[in-house]
Amino acid sequence: MNEYGMRDLLREKEISGCGLSAYMDESGKRSSGNDIIQSIALLHDRSNGLGGGFAAYGIYPEFADSYAFHLFYEDGVSQAACEELIRSSFEIRESGPIATRKTFGIGPAPIIWRYFVDPKEEVLAHQDLSADDFVVREVMKINRKIDGAFVFSSGKNMGAFKAVGFPEDVGDFYRLDEYEAYMWIAHGRFPTNTPGWWGGAHPFTILDWAIVHNGEISSYGINMRYVEMFGYHCTMMTDTEVMAYLFDLLLRKHGLPVETACTILAPPFWDLIEHMPEEERAYYTALRMVYGSAMANGPFAIVLGSTGMMVALNDRVKLRPLVAARKGSRIYVSSEESGIREICPHPDTVWMPRTGEPVIARLQEGTA
Amino acid sequence: MRFSYIEPEFLVERRLERCIRCQVCVRQCAFEVHTYDEASDTVFEDSSKCVGCLRCVTYCPTDALIVRQNPTTFKENANWTGRVIKNIYKQAETGGVLLTGMGNDRPYPIYWDHMVLNASQVTNPSIDPLREPMELKTYLGRKPDHLNVSVKEGKVKLETKLAPQLELRIPVLFSALSYGAISFNASKALASAAYEFGTYYNTGEGGLHRDLYRYGERTIVQCASGRFGVHKDYLQAGAAIEIKIGQGAKPGIGGHLPGEKVSEEVSKTRMIPVGSDALSPAPHHDIYSIEDLRQLIYALKEATRYEKPVSVKIAAVHNSAAIASGMVRAGADIIALDGIRGGTGAAPTTIRDNVGIPIELAIASVDQRLREEGIRQQASIVAAGGFRSSADVVKAIALGADAVYIGTSALVAMGCHLCQICYTGKCNWGIATQDPYLEKRLNPEIAKERLMNLLRAWEHEIKEMLGGMGINAIESLRGNRLHLRGVGLTDSELDILGILPAGR
Amino acid sequence: MMKRVYAKEEVCAGCRLCEVWCVVAHSQSKNIIKAFNEEFPRPLPRVKVEEFGPFSFALQCRHCQDPPCIEACMTGAMHREGLEGPVLHDADRCVGCWMCIMVCPYGAIARDETIKKIASKCDLCYGEEEPACVAHCPNEALVYEDRGE
Repeated sequence: MNEYGMRDLLREKEISGCGLSAYMDESGKRSSGNDIIQSIALLHDRSNGLGGGFAAYGIYPEFADSYAFHLFYEDGVSQAACEELIRSSFEIRESGPIATRKTFGIGPAPIIWRYFVDPKEEVLAHQDLSADDFVVREVMKINRKIDGAFVFSSGKNMGAFKAVGFPEDVGDFYRLDEYEAYMWIAHGRFPTNTPGWWGGAHPFTILDWAIVHNGEISSYGINMRYVEMFGYHCTMMTDTEVMAYLFDLLLRKHGLPVETACTILAPPFWDLIEHMPEEERAYYTALRMVYGSAMANGPFAIVLGSTGMMVALNDRVKLRPLVAARKGSRIYVSSEESGIREICPHPDTVWMPRTGEPVIARLQEGTA
Repeated sequence: MRFSYIEPEFLVERRLERCIRCQVCVRQCAFEVHTYDEASDTVFEDSSKCVGCLRCVTYCPTDALIVRQNPTTFKENANWTGRVIKNIYKQAETGGVLLTGMGNDRPYPIYWDHMVLNASQVTNPSIDPLREPMELKTYLGRKPDHLNVSVKEGKVKLETKLAPQLELRIPVLFSALSYGAISFNASKALASAAYEFGTYYNTGEGGLHRDLYRYGERTIVQCASGRFGVHKDYLQAGAAIEIKIGQGAKPGIGGHLPGEKVSEEVSKTRMIPVGSDALSPAPHHDIYSIEDLRQLIYALKEATRYEKPVSVKIAAVHNSAAIASGMVRAGADIIALDGIRGGTGAAPTTIRDNVGIPIELAIASVDQRLREEGIRQQASIVAAGGFRSSADVVKAIALGADAVYIGTSALVAMGCHLCQICYTGKCNWGIATQDPYLEKRLNPEIAKERLMNLLRAWEHEIKEMLGGMGINAIESLRGNRLHLRGVGLTDSELDILGILPAGR
Repeated sequence: MMKRVYAKEEVCAGCRLCEVWCVVAHSQSKNIIKAFNEEFPRPLPRVKVEEFGPFSFALQCRHCQDPPCIEACMTGAMHREGLEGPVLHDADRCVGCWMCIMVCPYGAIARDETIKKIASKCDLCYGEEEPACVAHCPNEALVYEDRGE
């Protein structure tokens, strides 16, 4: 018997690679977490039980305009210190523990709390920052300065749910069957670089960006130093954190279209660029020249969620698996086709996205 | 002084049973070490004249010659070494400043040899450069913080206009080697090799010879404190202009070209009289403070219609990070840093061996400082000073350099044997000389081939190392210090370099 | 159409290694140390480096299309191999009249009195792939090519 109980996972054959699965309903129709849990459970062997997590969009319609903070606290002392900071910068609309269910396979949990907050008018007025930038700054402050407190979700009308354990157990633990979302993203982890801790599981979030990632980024060292130049601080020890910051920088701060951001992360080779027509060649060359430090080198398959949009992307030589499918208004992506067929046995189309070509799902006009 | 106390540095030995008295050694030594005596049909040698260039050894068709350090020694003394004693003798005998050539040869720590590289295994596949694309293309110049794009009918179009850039096939270029310090054949070899290979070469402060204007689009023209050879056509001819504030071999003082090396052609190119010593002033006399530098940078940009990047080259010294930050804000598009191992054709030995800091530390601190100030992308960093192999290049890029200048390596590729007597003008290999007897010894076609071979070999090795790290584009290595680990370094050295110790 | 040896004086270092290896190529032992130190008489080099101040280049027989030396030779020792081969010298037929030396416009033929009185000149290392002087020039100042002349 190992610490995780009956399933003696550590003596099973070591299979490398994490697993991910996600879907979005472009019509805005919401569904419970049951489907996504079922899908990710099928990809069980891709994890080693050291991390699992979910992101869900559209789950807090009553508080849709407030920022939903999800936090881990080591103990009451950290909670008190953190709440003092939160109260000084934000109005707390509602506060309370995140409901959980005792689940076999999930070990001792930290205190898990949720707040719905709005930045205090008078504080924001004195800063030269937008509300979003203000929230980013405060979240980074909590994560760096307050011992024992960690914000693991900070977007509007969305939330991340993660823990140390297999993803299906994590989904059970957080009672995700009781939530309704138009987009669900799930991930199971097989970490080798960083120890298993609750904050280290995917998805990594900042504001309402959530990223899950399968692979290892060899360019992490320079991606990290690049985003740090723009005020982001990499506090975790994972590659995924830096990808979330890159997307926030490129999409929100630099205002680039999502296709451009994806090209920056997984650009075409010079061999190909040299044969493009003049205008295209200038565009791609400029992207590589200016955003070279944002290129993500190394195998990856990522899914990025944000309000109203889901993006899935492979690295430029497709070293990690990613399969996509569509049925009606729902777009699915997963590390394996079986993960999709488990919850959608007869999709309209199934395909393997090409290197550097993102799969993009967007909420249709006039939906929730 | 009639009688010298200085023992010969080298001992020339002839294996008599192998000597065929062909007299090649006699003809090839510009220092007249070997002489042939007809009466006894013997070749004699005067070791006191030998400078250790190994020309005779290499050319002897029967390998009859050996040149080695003179085994005669002083009494063992860790403080008063033979070198130090002889230097005092030299100065006592001449009253002169000790002169030397090439780069610092003292045993300061070589940080490249204390850094090791990563390789990807299991969790991340390494990439095979023979079967997969491996990209080394590098752009040097000012880059904007972000790009503006517009979307029209689903197509994305670039709106931002970019500053002029230099495009390099690999992140290696030829360092400043002035015409005058080196021969025309050597300059031509460097220019043509850079042109054909797809990188750049630097004129140094010797100006640009008319016959080399055709390689202009691959030439960086230098504007140094003496302004030798600087005129309108010269500035227009190059692809970029480099303001030389200092060089690693002699920080704080200007260039040196002894009058013996100022031939007719050199005089025309530099715009100075034949036979006159070309001593560049220590500072630019129109740059006494940072704002003056800004003035010169923009004067050059105006003169060339903002079509060429302007680089500023400094020696790596104590405040390099702050100086570099100032240079970037003054408008420099490229910062060239030259470390303590940088080479030269002539420099006072004391300055070469004691002034400046190792380039490894300079790259790390400049790169880090520019990032902290959020201005790193406004200028590219090119590092120089003793890069001996492709591994040194890869490590420099991992520390944060955009590209590397090679000077000594290029000269060695052409045949230099590092005997350090460049300032005499009697280079037996035809590289650092203007003497017509000696200059033709360097065949520019062969030299060009050798330079291109070196670049090709390093290109391949860099690709192998990158692939080993699981990276297929050099952008992902640039500044990525997590791929380096230190071995045998102190805590503060690790801290300055910004790398972890091996094992962590 | 034949290959000849051409000199590039702009890169000739004046080392005379071409002369040295010519001797070796025409020696008995073909060993450089034995050829110079043990063979007597030492064979003459067929190529000579001409020098004038800093200028130098190696000069040997041009293997002319219309050789004056063949015309001047009274015994037929000077002859051409085939229609387009090098001009060769048969030492056995040579009687040492040295008329060839007199008429050669290049001064490329030497007086050889090492064994008996004969003439001596370049034979393009006939039978070898490449003349020894070209093969051993350290600075590629000699090239062996067909320039259609």
